[in-house]
Amino acid sequence: MTEPIVTFNDVHKSFGDVKVLKGIDLDIRPAEKVAIIGPSGSGKTTIIRMLMTLEQPTSGDIIVDGTNLWKMDKKGKQVTANEKHLRAVRGDIGMVFQHFNLFPHMTILENCMTAPIHVKQESKSSAKDRSIEMLKKVGLGDKLDNYPSQLSGGQKQRVAMARALVMRPKVMLFDEVTSALDPELVGEVLEVIRDIAKDGEMAMILVTHEMDFALDVADKVLFLDEGVIAEQGTASEVIEHSKNDRLQSFLHRFRN
Amino acid sequence: MKGLTITITVLLGSAFFGYLFAFIAGLCRLSSNIFLRKFTGFYVEVFRGTSLIVQLFWLYYAIPMLFGIELGSNWWAGVIAIALNYGAYMSEIVRGSILAVAKGQTEAATALNMSRFQRMRLVIFPQAVRMMLPEFGNYLIQMLKATSLVSLIGMTDILYYGDIIRSSNLSQAPTVYILVLFFYFILALPLIFLTRKLEGISKKGVAN
Amino acid sequence: MSNWSWEVFAEAFPIVLEGLGITLGLTIACYLFALIFGFFWTFLRRIPFKPINWIVTWVMEFIRSTPPLVQLFFIYYAWPMVPVVGVTLDPFTSAILGLGIHFSTYIGEVYRSGIDGVDKGQWEAAKSLNFSTKQKWTKIILPQAIPPTIPMLGNYLIIMFKEVPLASTIGVAGILHMANSYGAQYWTYLEPLTIVAILFLIMSYPSAILINKLEKKMNRRFDKKEALNSSKGATA
Ligand SMILES: Nc1ncnc2c1ncn2[C@@H]1O[C@H](COP(=O)(O)OP(=O)(O)O)[C@@H](O)[C@H]1O
Ligand SMILES: [Mg+2]
Repeated sequence: MTEPIVTFNDVHKSFGDVKVLKGIDLDIRPAEKVAIIGPSGSGKTTIIRMLMTLEQPTSGDIIVDGTNLWKMDKKGKQVTANEKHLRAVRGDIGMVFQHFNLFPHMTILENCMTAPIHVKQESKSSAKDRSIEMLKKVGLGDKLDNYPSQLSGGQKQRVAMARALVMRPKVMLFDEVTSALDPELVGEVLEVIRDIAKDGEMAMILVTHEMDFALDVADKVLFLDEGVIAEQGTASEVIEHSKNDRLQSFLHRFRN
Repeated sequence: MKGLTITITVLLGSAFFGYLFAFIAGLCRLSSNIFLRKFTGFYVEVFRGTSLIVQLFWLYYAIPMLFGIELGSNWWAGVIAIALNYGAYMSEIVRGSILAVAKGQTEAATALNMSRFQRMRLVIFPQAVRMMLPEFGNYLIQMLKATSLVSLIGMTDILYYGDIIRSSNLSQAPTVYILVLFFYFILALPLIFLTRKLEGISKKGVAN
Repeated sequence: MSNWSWEVFAEAFPIVLEGLGITLGLTIACYLFALIFGFFWTFLRRIPFKPINWIVTWVMEFIRSTPPLVQLFFIYYAWPMVPVVGVTLDPFTSAILGLGIHFSTYIGEVYRSGIDGVDKGQWEAAKSLNFSTKQKWTKIILPQAIPPTIPMLGNYLIIMFKEVPLASTIGVAGILHMANSYGAQYWTYLEPLTIVAILFLIMSYPSAILINKLEKKMNRRFDKKEALNSSKGATA
């Protein structure tokens, strides 16, 4: 077996007195597609946000491609990572947000090319070419000079994916990327994610409530409940053949 | 410090008449009478468009010349100038708040078959006042600062006494003015806390 | 209208007008000072150290809630007497400092509101794309924080224009000062003060309308829907 690209070792997270995550252990291999399902408030977003360095774990280790994300060595002692260390590791990770978070003051092409130019010091022409290519891939090749405000929610979310993809992350995080969308726009976004998943080498972590989609795309599904991974296995094991009562009743709400 | 009473009475007088003018002018600007609307509009623009200090001097020096009447005393000149000036500013808040509340709530009130007057009295006005409170608190602090101007028309307020002491003993100037500033700040402190409290109150019961 | 004289009006007008250059010049100088110094407050308030934060907040509150007139007197009359650091300043410079510092505390709050107005999701997106701190500010945050504050900053220009005549009390020869000295000389304040009022009205009323227009335009440009969507927060 190959080395995991992401490892969680007994990760805990509290907000004040509230224990949100109570010991998460997790291995994700390169190119693996992992879906996280679970009731609202169970801590799905928090897992993803810690990996994106938007939230610091209370205890435990998160290892990304062999490097401890939140800790570093300083004179032989382990200390909390500084911004420089975080920036070095963060380059491997990309994220698509529930509410898109596009930059409203930039055209969609600029949304995509700004980070490669300034963060990766890529040449302007190459960043532009790759951005256009990526925007074409998500079906927005004809909107390059539009501003986010001129797009539908589904289109915005596809731009957000293109923006993350041009950074060539090794791990992509998707936090309920369709739940802010009108129902008729969900399909086009899921379609794009399927496409990305087929391309292969990138690992993906998807928080989602779309069970059919998870069955289709995910190699592994985790059921998160009250801050612990209550059930995990292949998509079909977890979604179709689980005996866990709470999982059953959770899933029941998504079946008509 | 004898000046303190003058500063405080001018502040109280200005605040009372300022809020009074604000409500009168704010409501007049929403009236259906076009003459009333234009007239108060003119008042508001003139007093917002010129400086308080100019208005103060104008009331103090020019009014007696123009009409041959005295405003009674420089206390009244000071209070009226501050009240007219801030009344004009605050009337915009009165008007804005009522409009903002009316936008969403009129339909709901109409659906309950309330009359125009009932809508205003029972639904719109109580919410609008709550919305105005924090701004009113802010303007109270502004009015406190403005009271310092009355020393310029010969009133014996805090600043006036500060100036007297300073001119009799120049090397004391830093201490004197620091002291004067602290007096104002101590007067402002309760107003600052009041404003914060009003912000809390207004956040609660307003539909947005 | 017994005492109104058009002759006095005509005679006083050019004299009062002579002060206009000073009044406008002082307004601009104070304003620029406040714009720059405002950044200083905004920066200080962002220092993530509680005691400093607390002190800065209260110093700002102190400056803001005490009369600019007294602050002006302090700088003009008292500053020269302060041991060691005290220097004598001419009236014009004193006015720039006094009014400039007073209003910089307001301007600083405007900047802060602009920065706070940028949605939390924008910071997170910038982080997820691995921007450096400097890039985050220059490419993402400030370009969004500054435009919405422009109408407010414009408003403060008008407000400061109307506060500048305070400087006449320490002898800056702007329009109010000219009017007062004309009044003192000929013992007729009515016409010169009216001229001052008219001048203020002529200058500030159109600017206020202009800023109002600007504000409406800004609001339209600002993407309301996007802001609404993303202000629901990143966690759900
Ligand atoms: N910044 C925060 N401060 C305090 N509590 C938070 C914060 N973020 C999340 N929480 C709490 O943590 C719990 C898990 O949240 P989250 O990870 O968003 O759950 P999910 O994404 O599964 O709905 C919730 O109870 C939520 O209220
Ligand atoms: Mg969530």
